[in-house]
Amino acid sequence: MNFELDMAQCLLRDNLDNFLARQYRFEARRQIVLGEPGWQPTLWRRFADELGLLGAGLPEQAGGSGGGAIEHMLVMEAFGKALVVEPYLECCVLAAGVLARSPGDAATALLARIAEGSAIVVPAWSEPVGGVATQARRTPDGWQLDGRKAVAVAAPWATHLIVSAQVEGTTGTSLFVVPRQAQGLALQSYPTIDGRRAADLECAGLALTAEALLGTAGASQALLEQMLDEGAAAVCAEALGVMARLHADTLAYVCERRQFGQAIAGFQVIQHRLVAMHLKIELARAATVFASLSLSKTARERALAVSTAKVTVAEACRFVAQNAVQLHGGMGMTDELPLGSYFKRATAIEREFGDVDHHLRRHARLERVAA
Amino acid sequence: MSDEVFTRDLCSWLDANLPASLCTAMPEDEIPWGGSRGRFPNPDTRRWMDAMAARGWTAPTWPRMYGGGGLDATRAAILQQELRRRGARPALFSFGLWMLGPVLLEYGSEAQKQRFLPPIVRGEARWCQGYSEPDAGSDLASLRTKAVDAGDHWRVDGRKIWTSYADEADWIFCLVRTDTGRKHGGISFLLIDMKSPGISTRPIRLISGSSPFCETFFDDVAVPKEHLVGPLNGGWEIARKLLQYERQNVAAAGFGGELKRIEARARQLFGIDAQGRIADAALRERIAHADMYEYATRLTMQRAQREVDAGQASSASSVVKYAAAHANQQHYELMIETLGYEGLGWQGAPYETESLEQTRKWLRSKGNSIEGGTSEINLNVIARRVLGLPGGA
Repeated sequence: MNFELDMAQCLLRDNLDNFLARQYRFEARRQIVLGEPGWQPTLWRRFADELGLLGAGLPEQAGGSGGGAIEHMLVMEAFGKALVVEPYLECCVLAAGVLARSPGDAATALLARIAEGSAIVVPAWSEPVGGVATQARRTPDGWQLDGRKAVAVAAPWATHLIVSAQVEGTTGTSLFVVPRQAQGLALQSYPTIDGRRAADLECAGLALTAEALLGTAGASQALLEQMLDEGAAAVCAEALGVMARLHADTLAYVCERRQFGQAIAGFQVIQHRLVAMHLKIELARAATVFASLSLSKTARERALAVSTAKVTVAEACRFVAQNAVQLHGGMGMTDELPLGSYFKRATAIEREFGDVDHHLRRHARLERVAA
Repeated sequence: MSDEVFTRDLCSWLDANLPASLCTAMPEDEIPWGGSRGRFPNPDTRRWMDAMAARGWTAPTWPRMYGGGGLDATRAAILQQELRRRGARPALFSFGLWMLGPVLLEYGSEAQKQRFLPPIVRGEARWCQGYSEPDAGSDLASLRTKAVDAGDHWRVDGRKIWTSYADEADWIFCLVRTDTGRKHGGISFLLIDMKSPGISTRPIRLISGSSPFCETFFDDVAVPKEHLVGPLNGGWEIARKLLQYERQNVAAAGFGGELKRIEARARQLFGIDAQGRIADAALRERIAHADMYEYATRLTMQRAQREVDAGQASSASSVVKYAAAHANQQHYELMIETLGYEGLGWQGAPYETESLEQTRKWLRSKGNSIEGGTSEINLNVIARRVLGLPGGA
């Protein structure tokens, strides 16, 4: 396994870290998140124009730089550190991943618009009761979708959505590109606990053209699963940034907070807690890098590596975030420090793309140890 | 030669040289310790050790001039990976390989390297470690075994404890006090022939039964001057560096593989369900969990190893030592729970030999978080050196 980054990757990471340190200060972020529209479309264009960020992990024929999982990992970790809410994960990792593997000029054209920052494409795959109950019917002009989607993160900011549905007469999943302004699509938007925006979608007689279908009807289940694994790996990387900040803030706090006539950092019980947090982060990092490197392997290897990372990271998130609050004492309970926002994002990541139980079950099903 | 060609050659060499009897669980008495008193109840063990040593692959990354394999980090990793894939037992277990060799490469004189390294690679010289003393455990630098300058040699007096395999070893690397005026700055690193007159050993029994641990006594032992490694009173730095290797390599040695056994045992005891999985869902998920922790620990080990190969003594070694001890203990807990009452046998016909062995190993694994620096001391080390927290506690 190769842990070394190449020059371009180091440059991408350093440029982004510098940019975010200047342009994405926590107080400004707080105001943006509380206001409308809850994100910074102008900053998104700067990601594309100044940093070439939006195409960093996209193929060259779509205007990207030909990178992949490692670039996504670097961006997501930096976004985690700065607690960026802009939808890189949803648009550039998830939707772009699906589009890049879908045949047809329409998919490639949309991908190019993602790279240049003019289209925000966001997937909507989950439903209120699991499974895919949303139905797609063929019509003389194309398709008609009916059904509901739940908690589509970043959907309120999207120009396009990628909606999963079941085509009548097929058993597998199908994916459709839905323009945000399409007739028959209604969004109910709300803020999430971690400062993002999400929406529940209602598709009622939603009419689409024939080209809206990605790939072949009923044949997109594997694509969707790959997307979810890529999403899981991406939030694992984001968590590394979130946890690094939680740990650094906590370390600084215990060095400055004085009780019993000394900095509480001098107490062994505090030190061991901080080290235990550090240990969890180290294991999470190793597992995350491996998961990112495994995304292009077979579905089974990919699933084992991603489940291992997701469980390792989720447990680290819980331990690190909750102990960060604990070691900050009463200050940890206030909303006056960045800490609380990082804590909430860490908690959300713990659940996203499958929680611990989900990935334990999947891993147990695949049973690496038996192989 | 490309890495692909290396891998292909390696695979065909392994096909020809790796005995099938060594791709099984390793019973205690077949551990290939080597040394002048080495025992090889299974002759394949000896052949495998010699074959690997001839290629320098018992010490894959050491320079060829000292008998090592001269492999870079990538190829060393390929070698490990191929060996693991085949379930091959290690060719040689050796404190010389894991601990002494790396510090000799860094601090030893040319004469010391030429004399001491090749016999380690070949498994001819077996080394033990003289660090702890009855009154110097976690506070190792308070050690009192002293070496006094007697003109053309050193005279060593004192007592070491937890000297694993002292009664089997040919040599001992020892921390000795050469200046009573300074604590850390009065310690030297000395190599001592275990055949020297005045050395005696006493075995120590553990909760797991008989053990390799000994107490070792030095009574006016003469040691040649040229067996001092590094500068006089400069032993503490070497000692600490060696501890990093010890933590890392003791952690890595024999790490992993247990889960396959637990899994097989669970299938046997609990049966399998319609999908071919272990029928007990709770146990199945706990095994999956342990597997994930082991995997993440292994990946962290590899990262630490890369840092070491790149010439940085890795601060991750304490992280790895801590995590590996935890993983190993967790595995044996899981194994013993899986075995139920069968896991609490001590001796006697009603118990299967393998179960009895697992019970002993479970008891023995309690020492994983004590030896080579207790887990608590490791946490202190990480707090100071990695996180930069204040010392003194």
